[in-house]
Amino acid sequence: MSTPPTSELSAEEQGTVGLGAPVILADPKNTVLSGRGLVKTFGKVVGLDGVNIDLFPGEILSVIGDNGAGKSTLIKALTGALVPDAGEVYLDGQQVHFRTPQDARGSGIETVYQTLAVAPALDISANMFLGRERRRSGALGSVFRMLDKKGMKEDAGKSMANLGIATVQNMGQAVETLSGGQRQAVAVARAATFATKFVVLDEPTAALGVKETGQVLNLIQQIKAKGLPVILISHNMPNVFEVSDRIHIARLGGSAGVITPKSHTPTEAVAIMTGATTLQKG
Amino acid sequence: MLLLSFIVFTILNPRFATPNTIGIILQQVAVIAALAIGQTLVILTAGIDLSVGAIAILSSLVMASLAANNGVPGVLALLIGIGCGVLAGFINGTLVTRLNLPPFIVTLGTLSIFTALALLYSGGQEIGRRQLPPILNWAGTRIQLGPFRITTGVIVVAVLAAVMAFILSQTKWGRHVYAVGNDPEAARLVGIRVDRVLLSVYTVAGLIYGITAWVQIGRAGTASANSIVDANLDSITAVVIGGTSLFGGRGAIIGTILGALIVGVFRTGLSLAGVDDQWRVLLTGVLVIVAVSIDQWIRKVKA
Repeated sequence: MSTPPTSELSAEEQGTVGLGAPVILADPKNTVLSGRGLVKTFGKVVGLDGVNIDLFPGEILSVIGDNGAGKSTLIKALTGALVPDAGEVYLDGQQVHFRTPQDARGSGIETVYQTLAVAPALDISANMFLGRERRRSGALGSVFRMLDKKGMKEDAGKSMANLGIATVQNMGQAVETLSGGQRQAVAVARAATFATKFVVLDEPTAALGVKETGQVLNLIQQIKAKGLPVILISHNMPNVFEVSDRIHIARLGGSAGVITPKSHTPTEAVAIMTGATTLQKG
Repeated sequence: MLLLSFIVFTILNPRFATPNTIGIILQQVAVIAALAIGQTLVILTAGIDLSVGAIAILSSLVMASLAANNGVPGVLALLIGIGCGVLAGFINGTLVTRLNLPPFIVTLGTLSIFTALALLYSGGQEIGRRQLPPILNWAGTRIQLGPFRITTGVIVVAVLAAVMAFILSQTKWGRHVYAVGNDPEAARLVGIRVDRVLLSVYTVAGLIYGITAWVQIGRAGTASANSIVDANLDSITAVVIGGTSLFGGRGAIIGTILGALIVGVFRTGLSLAGVDDQWRVLLTGVLVIVAVSIDQWIRKVKA
């Protein structure tokens, strides 16, 4: 691949033939999230070089790419962790300007991070509601600032049950007593419970074993079944091909195109990712 | 552990388990227990506060000197003294969060700074009971609670412990203190403002040290730069024996209070059993190591 695609590319140019299924830039009114012409540079290093991305209602969109391809930069630019130098981000058709991850959270976007972002010594319920604690009603809550521990435990249990996580019953259990997969399940359940727009999962299975990875993939499909779209960032081709509806391939700060598990094989995806093959224009 | 040492010392000296002795232990323990409450807060955030004693001494000298030498009304002097503790804690917190220095280094520095300030301010003079207004001596008032003779200072510390225990276990702020100490990165990712929590912890700790200064004046009857010099290590000892982890995120006020009581029972018990002062110090050191080892061993067995 010679030059990365830029934001000036028309819908037609962005489309693909040969190996690729046609991809047309959608009207942001029909997407949950759209990034248009996103640029981010770090000194002389180009992190994002005019990337376009769309997330449609109810889909699982994977973002794959080699190390340094700009996956994380792209996601950060979409969720407020980085502010892009240029380009627009649309949420439900409305342009948004996230300055911090809290802004994105406030708009109903939840992110699950690669590092297990849970406090091990706190119990499941406390982790689930960490940063969103609820107080008791009446004077106990307003004057004495007492937490509604019972209510939060009940709701934590419900969220876990909704996602089919049956292996964990006691919400008062410290997270450190759980397996890696169960811990990540807590983080995913937290995201699924509080997200109203979509959930971002950043390498959620990177630290997990095979069986636990399966559980997390199952959770991702449960989130989709709830009607929430998901952006999954992953290195793991089999996982990506198992759960994704569409796959966005990041390459050299740009986008090497969008494929689907039906249009391409994992081997082809890797070839596009590494630049051995190009999704041809035409 | 508390029960065990209590029984041993009762066997060694039957006079030990009398309401009288218990009352004395409570009075002796009160000041260290109060400082240890503040220390617990700091240690829960994976920090350490070496300036506990220095802040308490500074606060006590400020409140005593204002009242005795500058004719400031007692209540106002008390509040300004406690305010000094709050300010000192705020300075610690600011240095920890703004300069990103390890709490050990910050409080090692402020230990010297606050101690020197206290000496400079007081000119090395002790302020005796007669010079102090009644309000500053109030915490030394003896009261009879059932069979126990204690002081109002003990009650103040008990209330302080109860309030802090409630705040830590029942409020959002308390939960955030644990989260920040347990995994600051995870806390930040869920939107907790870690620096703010840390700053508030050091400031609240300063408030507690300021209140302790009041209790200390009541107990000693004087305000002196030479009082509670062992307070730093004693407060850390109480926290550690009480089962709070130096790595942060685990522990509770009740443990700290028990820890302070264990040390108090141990010391008083040994002296009633006729043990030499040097041996008492030595055995307290052994106690720390044994108590924490047992605690860790129990945790491993449970897990």
